[in-house]
Amino acid sequence: MGLLNFRKSTFKHGVHPPEHKSETNGLPIRQFPFAPLIILPMAQHIGAPSQIVVREGQEVARGQLLAKAGGYVSVPLHAPVSGTIRKIANVPTISGKMSPGIFLETFPFSSQEVLEGTPVDLETATPEQILQGIQDAGIVGLGGAAFPTHVKLKIPEGKSCEALIINGIECEPYLTTDHRVMLEQADDIFMGIRYLLKATGAERAIIGIEANKQDAADHLEARIPEDIPVTVKVVPVKYPQGSEKMLITAVLGREVPSGGLPIEVNVVVVNVATTAEIGRLLPHGRGIQERVITITGPAVKKKGNYLIPIGTPLRYVLEQVGVDEQISEVYMGGPMMGVAVSNLDISIVKGASGIVAFTEEDVKRPQEIYPCIKCGACVDACPISLNPSKLGILAKFEAYDRMAEDFHLMDCFECGSCSYVCPSHIPLVQYFRLAKSIVRKRATAKQTAEHAK
Amino acid sequence: MLNRTLNISTSPHIVKGISTDSIMQNVVWALLPVALFAVYTFGMSALLVLVTSTAACVLTEHFMCKYSKKKSTISDWSAVITGLLLGLTLPPNFPLWMAFSGGVIAIALGKFIFGGLGYNVFNPALVGRAVLQAAFPVAITTWYPAFLPDRFFSVSVSTFTVPFMEPAIDAMTGATPLAAFKFDHVTTSTSDLALGLISGSTGETCALLILLGGLYLIARNMMNWRIPVAVLGSVYVLSGILYLINPQVYPSPLFMLFSGGLMLGAVFMATDMVASPITPLGVVVYGVIIGLLVVVIRIWGGLPEGVMYAILLANAISPHIDNLIRPRVYGTTKSLKRS
Repeated sequence: MGLLNFRKSTFKHGVHPPEHKSETNGLPIRQFPFAPLIILPMAQHIGAPSQIVVREGQEVARGQLLAKAGGYVSVPLHAPVSGTIRKIANVPTISGKMSPGIFLETFPFSSQEVLEGTPVDLETATPEQILQGIQDAGIVGLGGAAFPTHVKLKIPEGKSCEALIINGIECEPYLTTDHRVMLEQADDIFMGIRYLLKATGAERAIIGIEANKQDAADHLEARIPEDIPVTVKVVPVKYPQGSEKMLITAVLGREVPSGGLPIEVNVVVVNVATTAEIGRLLPHGRGIQERVITITGPAVKKKGNYLIPIGTPLRYVLEQVGVDEQISEVYMGGPMMGVAVSNLDISIVKGASGIVAFTEEDVKRPQEIYPCIKCGACVDACPISLNPSKLGILAKFEAYDRMAEDFHLMDCFECGSCSYVCPSHIPLVQYFRLAKSIVRKRATAKQTAEHAK
Repeated sequence: MLNRTLNISTSPHIVKGISTDSIMQNVVWALLPVALFAVYTFGMSALLVLVTSTAACVLTEHFMCKYSKKKSTISDWSAVITGLLLGLTLPPNFPLWMAFSGGVIAIALGKFIFGGLGYNVFNPALVGRAVLQAAFPVAITTWYPAFLPDRFFSVSVSTFTVPFMEPAIDAMTGATPLAAFKFDHVTTSTSDLALGLISGSTGETCALLILLGGLYLIARNMMNWRIPVAVLGSVYVLSGILYLINPQVYPSPLFMLFSGGLMLGAVFMATDMVASPITPLGVVVYGVIIGLLVVVIRIWGGLPEGVMYAILLANAISPHIDNLIRPRVYGTTKSLKRS
C-alpha cells in the first residue's frame, strides 16, 4: 500500500446520528448551585472503592480528603463542598448496586473556599511523582469510562510511549462538555499536556477534534505554547470516533491489536477534560471537587453546560434545570452509550459527562422486531468490521462460545452502531453485552475449575 | 413533577428510523412503474397476471401464518414483492390458474417452509417461477406480442384457461429476442430492447424503468448497488470478449445486457437481501458468479434464457460465500478462522 497512501483521517465504517449539539454548544460553562445534601458513593470509578477516612458528625472543608484510594487501581475522594458528615451508609449507584457512601450536608453560608494541598512541581517532579499526584487528585477518565488515569498513564516495562493523543472528539450526540472545556480552559489543557508529556515520556501530543468543533480546534491551535510539541488534528465527524482505538486509527493510522491496549502501538490516549483537570489541580495539589456536565435533551428546560459538584443528587440537578412534565427517560452519558437512570436518588459522579432527558415522545420507538433480512447495514456500520447480523443469529441460538471463537465477539466494544442502524430493530448490541458477560463468566468458571484440580 | 416513574432501556437510546417494512414498501414503489409499463405494453392480460400472482402470494402468506398460529406477516410487504416479481417474470398471456399456483408455491415452498422472511435460502419468486417452468414448459415460453391494438379491452385466449387444461396456443404469439437470436439468429435492435418495445415476459421488457427503480432504491440506501453492477458488468465483459472473438456467432454485449430477464433479475432479484451475501466483497463475488452463469447458460446451454437458474444457483452458494469471505476484524492480522 506504500504508493497508494490515500488513507482518510478517520476509521472504517461508523454511523452519523443527528448531532443535537447546537442546543448547548454555544452556552458557556456556568457554576451550578450547591445542593443542600451531597451524596458521595465510594465506587465512582473502575477498580477498588475508596476507603472512608472521616467519621459521622465531622466537619470538613471543601477539598479535604474524605476517602483514600482503596488500592493501586483506585483513587481518593475529596469533599466537593464544606459541610458536615451527616451519615456514612450505603448509597444507590447507577448500576443498581449499593455502594458505601457519605452523606455530606453543605454549610449554607460558607464561602466554599478550596483547601490547598501540596503542589506537584512540573519542573522538579519525576514521572512517578506526577502519576502519584494524579492519583492523589482523585482523577479518573472524565470522558465516561472513569478508569483511574494514573494506571492508564503507567507505561509498562519494555514499552514506550511515542505519541500522546488528547481526545477532544466527543462523538456522542447532544454532549458539548469537551467542546466548552476546549473553548474555555485552553491554559489548563496545555498545562495538563505538560504534565502528561513528562509522565509518559511521549515525544509529541496530538489533540484530536471532530470537524463539528472547528472553533475549538482553531482556538486551541492559536494558543499552543511554543515550547511543547503539540499539534491539533481535525478529523471528519463520525460515531464512534471518540473510542480510543478508533481515534488512534483516525489520527495516526495505527490499529491497536485485538485485545491489546493503545501502548502496544506506542500511544496513550487521555480525554481532554481529564487533561484540563490535571492541569488545573496538580499545580495546587488539589483534588477533584466538580466537573463540567452537559444537561440537555428535549425534556430539559434550562439546557446548558454546568460546573456541578461531584455528589450532587440527580433529582436536585433536574429540579434546578426544570424538566418537561412528560419526562420519560434520563440517561447518564450520551444517547448512544449512556446508561438509563432508574433512580433519581443517585448522584453526579466523576465519570458523568452528560445528562440527557427524553420525553415520552422522543423515546417512542418502533416496537416490532422483524427477522434479520441480512441487509448488511450493521456490517457497514461496525467500526471493527464484525458481522453483527451473524452474531445476532448465533446469539438467538445461544451459541455464545461460537460467537467468541469464530466471530470475534470479545472485540466488540458495545458502541451500539449496529442496533442504531438495524431496520428490523433487532437489539444486537444488547445481545452482545449479554453474550460477552456469559463468555466471561464461563471463562472464569473454567479457570476456577482448573485451579481446583 | 419528578415523582414520575422513569422508564429504563439499554443503549443505544436512539435509532436511525428506517424499518424493514419501509424498505419492502419502497421496493414495491420501485417496481410499480415497471408493472404499469407492462400493463401499458400488454394490456389487460398482463394486469390480470400481476394481480393474480400478487394476490396468491399475499393470501398464501396470510393463511400459512394463520395455520401455524402466528401473527400474520403480510404487513411487512415482502409477500407483495414476491407476487409482483413472480408476475413480472411470467408471459402476459400466462393462464391465471397457473400464475396463482406459482404464487402459492413461491410463498409456501420458497419462503414459508424455511421459516418465513429472513430465512429463505432462495429468492421466493424465482422458486415459484422455476416450478412453473418445470410444470408448464409450453405455457411459460409462449409469448404474446406487445402493443396489440385492443389490448386494454380484451384478454389473450389462454388467460382464462380452465385449471389442469393445456392452454390454447394463441395464433398471435411471437418469439422473444433471445429465442429469436438463439434459434433463428435474428438480432433485435438495442434501443427497442432498452425501451421495451418488444415481446417477452410481463416485466422484463423495459430496461430503462427497471434501472430507474434500481437507482431510486440505491439512492435511498435500500439496495446494494454492488450486486447489479457486478452482475451486469460481468455479463458485459464476458460477452464482450466473446463478441470480439467472433461477432458472427456471439451476440453483442449490449444485446446481452438488455435482452431477456437480465435487467429485472440483476436489479430486483439478485439483490434480494436475504438470499445474497452480506459483505461488500461477498456480494461482488456473488454478482460475478451470476453474470458468468447467465452468459454460459445463454450461449452454451440448451435454454435461450438463464437468469433464473443463475440467480438460484448463486443463492444456494451465498451462505458459503459469507462463510469464506469475511472482512478482517480491526486489530487482527489474519482473516477469521473458517468454520
